[in-house]
Amino acid sequence: MKLVSAIIKPFKLDEVREALSAIGVQGITVTEVKGFGRQKGHTELYRGAEYVVDFLPKVKLEIAIPEDLLEVVLEAIENAARTGKIGDGKIFVMDLEQVVRIRTGETGADAL
Amino acid sequence: MKTINRSAWLGAGLAAMPALALADGAPTLVDASTISAGDTAWMLTATALVLFMTIPGLALFYGGMVRRKNVLSTLMQSFAICALITVLWTVVGYSLAFTPGNPFIGGFDRVLLDGLVYLKDDAKLTTHPLAGTIPESVFMMFQMTFAIITPALITGAFAERMKFSAMLVFMTVWSLAVYVPVAHWVWAPGGWMADHGVLDFAGGTVVHINAGVAGLVAALVLGKRVGYGREAMAPHNLVLTLIGASMLWVGWFGFNAGSAVAADGRAGMAMMITQIATGAAALAWMFAEWIAKGKPSVLGIASGAVAGLVAITPAAGFVDAKGALAIGLISGVVCYWGATGLKHMLGYDDSLDAFGVHGVGGIVGALLTGVFAVKAIGGVEASLSAQALGVAITMAYCAVVTFVILKLVDAVIGLRVDEEKEREGLDLVLHGERVE
Repeated sequence: MKLVSAIIKPFKLDEVREALSAIGVQGITVTEVKGFGRQKGHTELYRGAEYVVDFLPKVKLEIAIPEDLLEVVLEAIENAARTGKIGDGKIFVMDLEQVVRIRTGETGADAL
Repeated sequence: MKTINRSAWLGAGLAAMPALALADGAPTLVDASTISAGDTAWMLTATALVLFMTIPGLALFYGGMVRRKNVLSTLMQSFAICALITVLWTVVGYSLAFTPGNPFIGGFDRVLLDGLVYLKDDAKLTTHPLAGTIPESVFMMFQMTFAIITPALITGAFAERMKFSAMLVFMTVWSLAVYVPVAHWVWAPGGWMADHGVLDFAGGTVVHINAGVAGLVAALVLGKRVGYGREAMAPHNLVLTLIGASMLWVGWFGFNAGSAVAADGRAGMAMMITQIATGAAALAWMFAEWIAKGKPSVLGIASGAVAGLVAITPAAGFVDAKGALAIGLISGVVCYWGATGLKHMLGYDDSLDAFGVHGVGGIVGALLTGVFAVKAIGGVEASLSAQALGVAITMAYCAVVTFVILKLVDAVIGLRVDEEKEREGLDLVLHGERVE
């Protein structure tokens, strides 16, 4: 099992969710986050006072999937979240040791 | 009667006019038939409009500009000042400002509003000589709303760091020691500035220069906010600020057109002049910022509108449309410089630009009133030197007395919250509440 964590532009969330649903992903966890990468921040100006805003708002998705879905999931996120401009985000993939469905107590792949 | 009283009011300064010799400036008991329904209806409305400028107008204008942790404390200051000045004005403020005394301060004839009456069965009521066609109750209320907004304007200068208790004590003393005497000098029949030909139609000197200078002194005495210049202090919600600025703009028709104390041609002129100057100033600030910094900002255009409203205030009853355009354009650019260049050059932390907008705009407006006043409209001859004298004396008096009051309050209760509390935010520390 794999845990896919994707940082994307907030306005791309709906497109990514639709693309994932279309390939059979059952659940996603979404968090509003802030951060910076190569895009860096931006400058704001209020009555002559300049503030450099280092952290930009992004959305983080977490998706737990069986290993055989990994390639299509990565492809779906990439295609849906890409604008081609700096700041499109990143995808991280991790091994997932265990999953438990709290309601039934099922574990492992059955709980995905 | 009506005309005579009117000139005494506007005249702010025509000592020689027979009007002033007529009454000694004391309110009198008259027949209800002398009251004009039209004038009274308009002044009831204008009074409500001016109160609306402070709550919620100014409260929101300022509240949007502070950081999220201080928004409630900022709103609270304007609201509490509204309640506080209502009581003070009733107990003694109105009497000291608007009843006869000497050229420097009024008397005690209206303490607790003693003698201000409406007698239904006799069909009699009192009127004030500055407004002979409306009940004294309405005149007193109209003036009260000006006494409320002036200290509320000062709070922008020391936002995000002053103790609430110290703020209440300071405002109580300041209102009686600075606002009330200056209002008497400029507006009361026999006030010494009025006698020297200083023109201030709706309160450019009394309200805006006074509040701006007091704000500057407060910013200097309290010192900068913790982290000023190093940490981000961006406004937390400019939507609130734009709503507040819009309420100020609309409410200002009560302030300026209401200062005609009648529903007449002069009120109409004042309303038109106010709108023209405000539009011009909003554009002037916006373009100045656009040229200097590359973007036309929402905070910029809103600030420019307020700067124009401030600057046209002393001139609203004296200038024509061309004068209004000029005053608007000049004040928009000069106040942009006041809130950006001047402030950063001198390094004080006038947090929300009480001085940069109200002080600078008030001075520009007071001086330009002397330049652009048209005798055919105001019925009076304006003088730049008289205007400059009014500005200089008000600034000096206000600065000195404000400084002394602040030092006294600092010695007794302390002006600022300590650093840790300031970092945590005044909402939680002072009021035990927060927005989210």
